[in-house]
Amino acid sequence: MTYDMLLLRFGEFTLKGKNRNRFEKSVLNHIRNVLKPYPGAKILKEYGRLYIELNGEPPEILIHALKKVFGLVSISPVRVCPSELDPIIATAVEFVGQKELTDTTTFKVNARRVWKQFPHSSQEMNHLVGSPLLRTYPQLKVKVKKPDIELRVEIRENETYLYYEVIPGAGGYPLGTNGKAMLLLSGGIDSPVAGWSAMRRGLEIECVHFYSFPYTSQLAKEKVMELTRLLSGYTGKIKLHLVPFTDVQTSFVGIGQDNLIITFMRRAMLRIASSLAEREGALAIVTGDSLGQVASQTLPSMNVIGRATELPLLRPLVMMDKNDIINIAMDIGTFETSILPYEDCCTLFVPKSPTTNPNLNIIEKVEASLTRLPALLQAAVEGTETVIITPDSKIGTMAEKNEEFTVNEDWF
Amino acid sequence: MIYWDHAATTPPFDEVVDTMSEVMKKHYANPSALHRSGEAAAKLLRRAREVCAASLDVLPSELVFTSGATEGNNMAIKGSAMQYSSRGRHIITTGTEHPSVYECCKQLESLGWEVTYLPVDAAGVVDLDVLKEAVRKDTVLVSIMHVNNESGAIQPLADIGRIVKEVNSRTLFHVDGVQGFGKLPVAISEWQADLYSLSAHKFNGPRGMGVLYVKQGVQLFPLISGGSQENGLRAGTENVAGAVAMSKAMRLSQERQPELYARMMELRELLFQGIRKIPGLVLNSNELGAPHIIHFSYPGLRPEVMVHALEEMGMLISTKSACSSKLSEPSRVLLAMGKSMEVASSGIRISLGKEHQLGDAARFVEVLANACSKLRPIIEREGNRR
Repeated sequence: MTYDMLLLRFGEFTLKGKNRNRFEKSVLNHIRNVLKPYPGAKILKEYGRLYIELNGEPPEILIHALKKVFGLVSISPVRVCPSELDPIIATAVEFVGQKELTDTTTFKVNARRVWKQFPHSSQEMNHLVGSPLLRTYPQLKVKVKKPDIELRVEIRENETYLYYEVIPGAGGYPLGTNGKAMLLLSGGIDSPVAGWSAMRRGLEIECVHFYSFPYTSQLAKEKVMELTRLLSGYTGKIKLHLVPFTDVQTSFVGIGQDNLIITFMRRAMLRIASSLAEREGALAIVTGDSLGQVASQTLPSMNVIGRATELPLLRPLVMMDKNDIINIAMDIGTFETSILPYEDCCTLFVPKSPTTNPNLNIIEKVEASLTRLPALLQAAVEGTETVIITPDSKIGTMAEKNEEFTVNEDWF
Repeated sequence: MIYWDHAATTPPFDEVVDTMSEVMKKHYANPSALHRSGEAAAKLLRRAREVCAASLDVLPSELVFTSGATEGNNMAIKGSAMQYSSRGRHIITTGTEHPSVYECCKQLESLGWEVTYLPVDAAGVVDLDVLKEAVRKDTVLVSIMHVNNESGAIQPLADIGRIVKEVNSRTLFHVDGVQGFGKLPVAISEWQADLYSLSAHKFNGPRGMGVLYVKQGVQLFPLISGGSQENGLRAGTENVAGAVAMSKAMRLSQERQPELYARMMELRELLFQGIRKIPGLVLNSNELGAPHIIHFSYPGLRPEVMVHALEEMGMLISTKSACSSKLSEPSRVLLAMGKSMEVASSGIRISLGKEHQLGDAARFVEVLANACSKLRPIIEREGNRR
């Protein structure tokens, strides 16, 4: 396939009167960032649309990169030709011929004369372009409603654009246009998907991960860094807060309430995340909770756990089935990393039968009796290490500081 | 000496040998260990799996590291037979498979399984109509090789996969890919293969290492138990250095395949022309076969005599396939291709590798012609005696 330009379409934010400019600016910035490695690509702005001149850059790779831009609803690769009848027909014939055509392929031409001085009307153009196509490709059939190929022909003063493919983009709102939230990132399948959903809705996120050396390993931490790196492919960079959780976690062991341990832990995490949110100016906490998936995600558990914070708790996956979540995780490229087998801190000290229906009264009483808890939470916040992760970050550098553990890429 | 026995085993790439020794020295820890050295080894193993998966265009989770294709073939055939015996007890294969497939089928026969051995034509290729008739409701597995190790015949895997799945979508399709990888394009998904086995030492990788592709969703009954390595499919401490070195050999072979193919085709043409001109020789491979295998017979001569004669003159060649060449019986593969007993008992194979140059082929033809004219009187004498 050869193309000259890409046509980008934007979504619902173009309707938002006053904020439109801000949104447009954000999406434009994001696109500029994504296109940085391809100096040939040139951006042309127009009302509600953007065009990218390829100038020899590879379209497939650009499209793949642009699919990560939030706010972008769809992408069409475009052929450009002079606004004269013969070149338009010749380009249309060659362009449609690039597609695999079978006996059942249906098509129609949808011409639009933007430049009114062009001698043929839109209606006439549909026929003038359609008939040579039928003659050249006798296997094609015309179908007006929902054809396989809808060839759009946009006739402008200087040039005419032809396209028929509409490739879905990420959709949603441009990056960071809806404020900032903290994402609890465990290392499982769900939380990266929740983070992606939040980012797609225009939220800027900072990730919070709880680790429990020596009960969890360096690899578990690196796995979360790698997940953050994958998510940063959608935003350019993401802050990751690594919270030392061992002391908080072990303080819940041995108080004789084993079946409530998970509830205590989740509440402690929310409290720590809330402190970090306050420090960072975030207005919500995003989690990967999905209703009923595990004991801590039943409705009674959510009720009792959620009360530990006053910030809004956003749960993008709460009503989704596991399979749907897995499909998204595969699409956004986090699945393979998520299933690496390293324990996170939640799977430690898990009682044989964690409660699915915790009692708020008991929980609050026990917590009140743990006099060291506020100080431990405070210490965890203070001991938090913050790293900024970008798509180019080298993950695993900590383990590899030691020469003997270097994974040498030249070996492969 | 010029080595002409690449279908038996190939010399490893220099880079592969370097990788192997560096990884062996540095990463001797057990990848299942929880300490940092173990984690580093696990990381290498994971990266090796990713690199192999990229070369084959499959998912890393679909690959099982093995000791080679003999193990891979055993695992694929007996593993699926034992796992899916509730679906039926019928297997289809061809009469020209490698012993590691053929003997597995024989073993299953002795356990009460029914095995259909598809016939092949004179060129060694299976008849698709016969295959279509052979697939049944209770057919658990069809096992057909990509390239035959003796004749070089290429099987039409995409057609085979399509026919098998059309008749019975639950029947598994196993491809012994040993002689094809690195020489021909590999298209596992287009073939609709569920299982695909390789040996690293056939594509300039390390000995004792191989990989079996098991399509997502396909279960195998593990033949080797005793640990949860390789997803529970193959117990035993992983060969980290072997896996890393194999992944390198795979990547290099895959990248260089088109270029190697073009060069081998030129070499093969020269050899074909040369062999056709030598009186008494019968060519058993043809232009439709794989580019690296040239098989011919010298009826009346015990092939070992030819091996030794050429060895004297600096050329290392092979009779039949290495795995069965110590036995002095006629070749099962050639008999299946309808060759006479005489032709099947006197087969000689030369196989090409990345080092061969056009000059080597010309030299070989010269040496072969020489050897043949020296040996001709002996054959005629033995012929007269019979």
